[in-house]
Parts: sequence; structure tokens; C-alpha cells
Amino acid sequence: MLELILLYFYTKRIGRITKVKDLNTRNYQILAVALWFGGELLGAVASALIIQWWIKGPLTNIFLYVTVYLIALVTAFVFIGFLETVLSPDAPIVKVLRQNVREYGMYIALFVIMAIFTITTRGIFISSRNIVNLVNQTGYIAVLAVGMTLVIVIRHIDLSVGFLAGFLGAIAATALVFWHLPIFVVIPLVLALGVLAGLFTAFLVAQMGIPSFVATLAGWLGFRGALLLATMGTGTIIIPDTAFNAIGNGFIPDIPESGFLPGVHKITLVLGILAMVVFIIGAIDERSKKQAYNFEVLPMDLFVLKLVFVSAIIGTITWVLAGYKGLSWTAVVVLIVTLVYHFITTQTVLGRHIYAVGGNPEAAELSGINVKKLTYVVFGSMGMLTALSGILFASRLQSATTTAGTLFELDAIAAAYVGGVSAAGGVGKVVGSIVGAFVMLSLTSGMNLMGIDISFQYVVRALVLVAAVIFDVATRNRAN
Amino acid sequence: MSTPILEMKNIVKEFPGVKALNNVSFRVATGEIHCLVGENGAGKSTLMKVLSGVYPHGEYSGDIIFEGEVQKFAGIPDSTKAGIVIIYQELALVREMTVYENIFLGHEITNGLTVDWNETVKRAGEALKKVKLDVNPALKVKDLGVGKQQLVEIAKALSRDVKLLILDEPTSALNEDDSENLLNLLRELKNHGVTCVLISHKLKEVIEIADTVTVLRDGKTICTLDAKKGEVSESILIKHMVGREIDNIYPKREHQQFGEVMLEVKNWSAYNPALGRNILKDIDFNVRKGEIVGFAGLMGSGRTELALSIFGNPDGYRINGEMFIKGQKQHFKHPQDAIEAGVAYVTEDRKSDGLILIQDVKQNITLANLQEISERGVVNTNAEVKVANEYKVSLNIKTPTVEQKVSNLSGGNQQKVSLGKWLFVSPEVLILDEPTRGIDVGAKFEIYTIMNRLVKEGMSIIMISSELSEILGMSDRVYIVSSGKIAGELPIEEATQEKIMHMATN
Repeated sequence: MLELILLYFYTKRIGRITKVKDLNTRNYQILAVALWFGGELLGAVASALIIQWWIKGPLTNIFLYVTVYLIALVTAFVFIGFLETVLSPDAPIVKVLRQNVREYGMYIALFVIMAIFTITTRGIFISSRNIVNLVNQTGYIAVLAVGMTLVIVIRHIDLSVGFLAGFLGAIAATALVFWHLPIFVVIPLVLALGVLAGLFTAFLVAQMGIPSFVATLAGWLGFRGALLLATMGTGTIIIPDTAFNAIGNGFIPDIPESGFLPGVHKITLVLGILAMVVFIIGAIDERSKKQAYNFEVLPMDLFVLKLVFVSAIIGTITWVLAGYKGLSWTAVVVLIVTLVYHFITTQTVLGRHIYAVGGNPEAAELSGINVKKLTYVVFGSMGMLTALSGILFASRLQSATTTAGTLFELDAIAAAYVGGVSAAGGVGKVVGSIVGAFVMLSLTSGMNLMGIDISFQYVVRALVLVAAVIFDVATRNRAN
Repeated sequence: MSTPILEMKNIVKEFPGVKALNNVSFRVATGEIHCLVGENGAGKSTLMKVLSGVYPHGEYSGDIIFEGEVQKFAGIPDSTKAGIVIIYQELALVREMTVYENIFLGHEITNGLTVDWNETVKRAGEALKKVKLDVNPALKVKDLGVGKQQLVEIAKALSRDVKLLILDEPTSALNEDDSENLLNLLRELKNHGVTCVLISHKLKEVIEIADTVTVLRDGKTICTLDAKKGEVSESILIKHMVGREIDNIYPKREHQQFGEVMLEVKNWSAYNPALGRNILKDIDFNVRKGEIVGFAGLMGSGRTELALSIFGNPDGYRINGEMFIKGQKQHFKHPQDAIEAGVAYVTEDRKSDGLILIQDVKQNITLANLQEISERGVVNTNAEVKVANEYKVSLNIKTPTVEQKVSNLSGGNQQKVSLGKWLFVSPEVLILDEPTRGIDVGAKFEIYTIMNRLVKEGMSIIMISSELSEILGMSDRVYIVSSGKIAGELPIEEATQEKIMHMATN
């Protein structure tokens, strides 16, 4: 059934490739079917071979058959799409790809990096355990990268976030251990302190007119001192609170084992399916709204392809996570932060104003946007996310140390640049920066697994950073 | 015809989806002043960018023959070396450096390793003498007026043994005196053997100075006219530029009764802390409903500052005086307050403080009034496209889609986007600062037509303009501003160019 529907969509498209005008001739139909199934066969054989090589045995599991089939379908799509790209440059898929090459480039890069490490580590990289570790390690950089994205978009920088995160982590530890405050008081308190610190930076930048590089360099020094001061009495502060430590190490609870799907984290599975459903409904709703306005939408087949593709990604991630201990609390935090900030930056008036200020502050001011106020908002949010990063890190280490937060700021800035944020301001996406953070941390994780020396790791990461920015600049120039 | 210094043959330059230059040929004779005219988007700037190597050899097709040799410039340094210098509308001087440093920037005089500053200052003085600019070469460029900065640019070009000097809209930022000086200088340079290409929208000065005029339209060479044979006149040029005859570039407006006073300012003074002096002194004026009030004056007379001080004072002047909107006393702390009270300000320089060039047409149009298309802080992007498309149609903005980046539009269309943005806030008083600067005759006509429509619908317009003919052609009443004061007020029936200039210069 699915085959027939897809084939129907594709007959027209194949017609464009082969430049056959009359699509109803018998020869043409044979050609279309041959091309389609040819692509599918190619995908099926290739994926079956790879999977057999990987699991070192014949295919026995129904799940694996489904995987092979899905890969075959996608290959057929890609095959036809490839032919179209080569033979017919006006095709819609080419247009879509060309317009979005910058956006998709990030995801492709992450995908390629993950694929390479999966092969070089014979699957260890993509194992549930490693992925969970990767997410938990990326968490505290990822939330910083989100805040940093907005800061860079409005043409500023924040160098103080690393030690501020360390300092606030130490405050959290002190509050838990020495002041005996409960966790539900400590977390809001630390977040509020983070906002205050951010607002103070904004005061220096917006009110006093100090360049943000200098103001936050002062913060870098000051918070480093504050961190040492906070840990002076005891050195490292060990945190015994299990609830607090779960944020960086724990997993969301599951319903008790009942024999159904043993060893699979059911709540994670349900959440994953829910996410898929919400995404699909949202996409369809968006499409029909656009159509109601008579606007151009993705062609139906590309739209379906997009739905299938994104759902497959959500499904895979869910499956990988559910196969281990489920969704970690860090992943939940990162997801929520990403969703909220993605929504704010893409859908709200506030988000528009932030990008307008970044694009041209003078024009924004004259359009009735209060640039000062917005600077406070952006640095305030940066401060809050810094506090969150500090909490995640202290919780992950189950302690506050004297060197916590060292170089976080530069990791966050690198993640933002890799994720397509423009140093000139006004351009950059929250999701891009998150992907950038995962790219950088995947490199570390993968190379660690391969046993590559740390010295080479830094060089490789440097090359990736430069390559990402070169790609960004090149595609941007071409778009103009 | 004498030997050509430059010949560009069959130049074709394509951008994705647009043929910016379609088989253009352009020939400049040695020692002449050659004017290049055409509407915005006709391809003048693109042609000059091809010539100077901004678009290097290989990105265009066709031949550039300079001094008898085919040239393949890979970048601006190559063309400069060959003796071609372009001076752009936006001046390329380093504001924080001195005049002499600027003049020799990029080809410093050295003795061995170090810069020979004594020789530099001496040679800079000579170059300044050639352009008749009497300033201390040790002054910083930012301390000079625009007109003088322009002369410094020319001195810089002369210090490099320029053979072909190209000026892109050199007088658009100059007042009439400075413009006249510049034209005289060009004549003098011509006598010294410098060939000159002048790109200009000001047809009057083209007629005054050109030996030859080439007209471009839609990326094609339309014709080359010889002034000595009397082929050049305003009506002929306009006819070739727009492809149709425009009898009157100022569309007629039915005279109407004006309504109540919409905006009134009394005893308005402003002190600029950054400059440490008063920039506006005891200004009184008013605008009535349905009226276009022109503000004439020289560059730097304080008109833009007056507009800014009314429009929420974003530059932080200290203001004394009273402002009334529809008889209600108002005090704006921020442009936002002014917008809410129904005042809009279309800025003088659309690129630096009017538009967000890296964003698209729709985002620019809705920027000042996002609330209108939002619900609880969430923007309805579909409604946004709809609104933008409405303005695209009603203002005739030439763009393939409203998703096009504004930086890809021509000057006239950018100005329409800027206008659209402010119309979307549905203002009652619209301040237009140099609404037609640097845009072509066709687009000007369209903007004037829109202005007429707006006042007919009851809007009040304050139009700041340095073009006297525009002031006389469009205003119902004229205020003349000079040195931060209102030097006079004339009803349109009594206003003449001579009277206005007399008041503006006193």
C-alpha cells in the first residue's frame, strides 16, 4: 500500500528526470517502476549487508527486517532525489535543499560524525549507554550555548559564564550541605542569583556602556575569585543529596516491570511516541494553516518524506534510550530549555526584537524597540542558564570543586559558532547551537572511545570549528 | 571621436535569477567627463563593480579594454594599480585616522621599513592643494564635514596617479555649494588630463558637466549621447531612463482644506551632550491634518536632529519646550511612545538606521508593529506574510517574494519597504527624512504619488528634503531651518528657490 502511494507520487517526478512528456505509456510505467524498485533494492541489499556485518550473523529479528525495509525506502527516495538533482536542476527537492543547505548542513555534519564513530568503534559509540553519557556530558555546555546564542545574536559576548557556573554550583552545594536548605529552595535560589549576576553584567554593558568583552572579562576574574572564596574552607564540597545528584546522573522513573516489553523503559517509549504524534500533528496543522492563506508549502511527497524522516530520528533516539535506563534528567532539562528558547526565538515578538537588535541596533531603536531593556533580558536569561549549567555540573560530579566551570565559556561559544551563529550578530538559531554542542562533544566522546590521544583531539576539534565556520560563511555568501 | 581610455564590450553579469547586465557596452574617451545615468536597478553600480574587480574576471562575460589592453582584474587592487579608482557614495575613509594617513592608506611612503611621515605630510599637502581643500592634514577625518571628506577621497585617488576616476553619486550627500565646488573641481581635473566617469541621479548636474552621457536601463545600454552636439537635455534623459516621457515629476494633488493641528511644537530647544552645544534653539512649528509641510535647509542645519528630538529622542538630547499632539501635551521618552501616539519617522539613511538589511522584506515591514499580528506575544507568521504582500502590492515593491532579503533590493525598493514599515503602524503624523535620496526618477514619482494618497486619506506629512525642487513640488507649506533655528516660514504660493536659499544660508 505504502509502496503504491509513494510510487504514485514519484511517477511525475521520474517523468521530469527522464523528460518523458506522456506519462501514460506502458514503457514509461515500466521505467518508473524499475527505477523506483531499483533504488529500493539497492538500499535493502546494502543495509542488510552492513547490519549482518555489524551483528556478525544472519538477520533473525523482525525488528531488523523492518529497519532494512525502512532504509530501503529512504534509499529509494534519496536515489530518485539524486537523479533529479543531477538531471533536473529546477526540481522542487533541489530548490528546497538549496535554500536550506545551511540549516541542513549542521544535521548532516552531526549525522556523518556519528556514523563515522559508530563504524570506527564497531557500534560502541551508538550504544545506549554511550549516548546517555554523551547527553549528560553535553547538558551543561548545551544550556550555556543556548544563552550564548542570544548574547552573540545581539552582538555581545559573555566570557564570565564558566566561572559563574562554577561559583553558583558551589553556592548550591554550600546551601545544601552547610545551610541544610531543601533542594526545592536551593534550585530557585541559585537560578535567581544567576539572573541577578546576568542583570549586573547587563547594567555594565547597557547602562555604563562598557564593551561586553571587557565587562565579562572582569566577571571572569571576579567569579573565579568568588568560586575560590566559596570553596576556601573545605576545598571540594561533597554533595550527599541524592535528589540533587539525580539531576546530573539519574533517570526518569518508570512503571514497574509487568512482563510487557521487558528491559525497555516504557515511560520513555510513551514520551517518544507522544513527541512523534505532537510533531506530526503540529506539522500538518501548520501546513493546512499555510494552505488556508494560499501560501506555498512543501510538495506533498517532500512533506511526507520530512515527516517520516523526523519521526524516524525521534523513534531511533527513543528506542536507543528506552533500551537502557530511559531518559536522563539532564536530557529532560536540555529538551525543555531547547523547546522553550526555540519557541521564544522563532515565534514570539520578544524573539523578533532580539534578532532585530542584532541585525541593526539603530534601526531597532528607531522602530520602537527598547534596546537597553532587551540587553537586560538577554543577559538575564544568560545568567539563569549559567546557574542551570552550574547545577547540572555540580550534580553530575556530586560535588563542587575549586576548578568547576573552567573553559565552559569557550566551549559554549565554540558550540554556538559551529551551530551557525554569526559573529557579526543578528543570525543564529538555538537548535543550531544545541546541535553544535553535540557535534563538539561527540568528537570528544568518539575519539575517547577510539583511544585517540588528547593532543590530537584538540587539533581535530579545532579543524571542525574552522570547517564549520568556513561552510557557514561560504553558504551565506552564496545565498546573497 | 578621440581614442577611448576604456572600452567595455558585451558585458554580461548574472545573479541567481536576474540578469543584472545584459550585453552592456560602455566606451569612455580619454580626457572627457562621462556621465552614467539610469534608474535604480538599471545596472550602473554592477557595471562599475565589474570594472573595478569587485566581481573578478570569470564571474562575468565580455571584455574590459583599458588603455588598449584587455584587462582581467582579480580584485580592487588590480584595477587600482591600472589607474582606475572608484569613489563610492558611502565614503571609504577611516574616520579615526588623520587626513594624511587616509590619503596614503594602502600605499604608504616608506624609507626602507618605516613610514616616512614627513614626506607623507608634505605630499598630502600637495594632494590637498590639487583638490583646493584648505584643511590641516593632521586633522582626523571624522572632524571634517561630508563635503570635505569627499575631497579627501579625491585627493587620495590623485595621490595614486589615477587615470580614470569614477564617482558614484558624489553629490547626493552634499549641499548645493559643496556640489558646485565638486563639479568645478572635476572640470579642473579634466584640464589636467584625468578622465572622469560620474554616476548621478541629479540630471541638472549631469547636463551641466557632461561631455558624453550613457544611459542604462534594465541592464542594457540604451544610448550614448554627445553633449556637444546638443543631444543632452533633461526631458531626453528622462525619456531614455524610464522608457516613457514624464511630463511632470511631481504628481498633482487636489488642493484641500486642512483639518485640525495634529502636531505642534513650541519653544523647542535641544542640547546635545555629546557635542557639548545646543543643536536646536526656540523652534516653533505645526502641522495640520492632511498637510505636507516641507522642511528645507542645508546639510547639518538641524532638521534630522529636530525629527529625532520629536520622535522619542533616542540620542539622549536634553530638551526644553513643549509638544502637543492633537492639542494634548505629550512627552516621549522613547520612540515607542511616539509610535503609540501616532508619529512615525522614516529615517534619512535607510541602510544604517532604517532597515535591517540581513532580514527579509516581511520582517522589516512588520518590525515596528509586531503587536498587530501577534496574540499574547506569539507572532502569527502567516498573517505577517499576508500583511507584507499587501504592502508589496500597494507600494509596488519590486521583489520576487516577501521572503527576499532587503539587502538584495534596489535603493528605491528599499525605500518603499522602509515606508511600508511605517505605514503599517498606521501613523497620523509621518515624518519623511530625505524620502527620495539616491533613488531614481520612476521610484520618486511613485513615492510622491503615495504621499499624495496618504494626505488625501488624512495623514499629515513632515517632509525633510535637501532638494529644493522637491520641497517646492510637494509641500503645502515650507519651514526653512538654519543653524538649529527656524529661519522662516513660507506658504507654497510665495516660496521660490531664491527665497529659500536666501533664508537657509543666513
